[in-house]
Amino acid sequence: MTAIAGVRDDEPAVLGGAKVALELDRVSKSFGQKRVLDQVSFSVATGTAVVILGRSGTGKSVTLRTIIGLVRPDSGRVLVEGEDVCGMTREHLNEVRRRIGFLFQTAALFDSITVGENVAFPLRRHTNLKEREIRGRVREKLEQVGLESEYNKMPASLSGGMRKRAGLARAMALDPPMLLVDEPSAGLDPLTTDEIDDLLASLKEHAHTTLVVVTHNIASARKLADRLVMLHDGRVEAEGTLAEFERSDNPLVRAFMAAESVG
Amino acid sequence: MLDATGRTVAAVVGGAGELSLFGFRAIRDAFRPPFEVGEVLRQVHELGFRSAPLIAVSGIAVGVVLSMHTRASLERFGAESMIPAGLAIALVRETGPLTAALLLSGRIGAGIGAEIGAMRVTEQIDALEASAVDAFKYLVVTRALACVIALPILTTVMNFCGMLGGFLAEHAASGMSLRLYFDRSFSLIDVADYVPATLKTMVFGFIIAVTSSYLGFTTTSGTEGVGRASTRSVVFSSILIIVSNVILVRLIFFFFPGLRS
Repeated sequence: MTAIAGVRDDEPAVLGGAKVALELDRVSKSFGQKRVLDQVSFSVATGTAVVILGRSGTGKSVTLRTIIGLVRPDSGRVLVEGEDVCGMTREHLNEVRRRIGFLFQTAALFDSITVGENVAFPLRRHTNLKEREIRGRVREKLEQVGLESEYNKMPASLSGGMRKRAGLARAMALDPPMLLVDEPSAGLDPLTTDEIDDLLASLKEHAHTTLVVVTHNIASARKLADRLVMLHDGRVEAEGTLAEFERSDNPLVRAFMAAESVG
Repeated sequence: MLDATGRTVAAVVGGAGELSLFGFRAIRDAFRPPFEVGEVLRQVHELGFRSAPLIAVSGIAVGVVLSMHTRASLERFGAESMIPAGLAIALVRETGPLTAALLLSGRIGAGIGAEIGAMRVTEQIDALEASAVDAFKYLVVTRALACVIALPILTTVMNFCGMLGGFLAEHAASGMSLRLYFDRSFSLIDVADYVPATLKTMVFGFIIAVTSSYLGFTTTSGTEGVGRASTRSVVFSSILIIVSNVILVRLIFFFFPGLRS
């Protein structure tokens, strides 16, 4: 790993004394012979955003899945607010998951129920809200992502970008203190991408939501990131602030930043 | 050649072991909260109530055909009056339960295999887990319970419609009245004929739900895998129903020796 601006190789990122919301400690994971994550370590302070960059197939999505316990690492620890999710019972893990919203790369909407019901799903499962309150909360979330008129539509009738936004509305339904977002701008036009970035930035600023965002979009990273982590071949290649990334001597970081700047 | 055979045997044994564990987990989790009552009822409606037309129509058709065959046999001995009772016993003891289960393994098994398989490849199962919902309990246990509840009810519908079909055939052949037909149908049937044979369909329902869910849960390879899961759900459910029926009939005869006569 390339250490950038005061980040030592053998310790988590400097968090300025802020409370740590998430810490990955030497996490490794292999699927068959392929090592997807190799001693990955980084930390995220509460109420900040970390953007994970990297080429396709470098383990970014697996990292997010590891955080929420969908993938169990072969070794290492994943600490969410100090609790290691790797060795938890299902009940305990579900308690942690209720505090984390997850937007899948494919949105993963439940296709047998409407968009509104998708957003209502976590509310019905995990709150005692009355039906009218649930409907109100769902409308509010759909409005935030610009889908208020799609309440009764089935996911199959939405475009890819709309599905992504509906997935984000579902991820935000319980107002979780932490959001894991996998490729929020994939399949979206630039204006909608901007709106989604603004929404995520606003969640961070006003609701102090901790964000972990996987993206290829440097414009999004500029808007959202307090820190960036670049993965390469399952390892943390570089870690630091945007300014540190832009000054970096690491050829991979430079190539990535230059390519995105051109794009 | 031996290597290939060994691998096939290992795969079959491994698959059977995994399916068994899947089934045991479904039984264990059925007794653990939360009980997902709403979802169970929704599945009873989806899997059970919506299968009723298929079962009713098939039951009538089976009843008509069985009646015609029974008449052809009993006519030779001048025992046409035994047709309703003979048909009723055949239906209630074996034909109704087995036919209903095989029909439902087609309708329900294919549906569960395809639905859960599609949910697997589109990450919806992961989305359930990420939403702090036990996907196994929400998808598998609820469907298993729904099938265990629905199968005996649908079998009863099958039996009744079979008798109705038998009546239609008999009425057309001999003009027998509805009342007389049903009086004769129930004359030789008692509770021991109906209860064990109908309750064994709870096992068939469990087999259909667990086998199909297992194949759906372990789906890979995108839409092709979903199709394969759906087809295999029907094939494996049907085979397991037929094989388990042999064991269940042996058990029924053991516990109800009077049924041998």
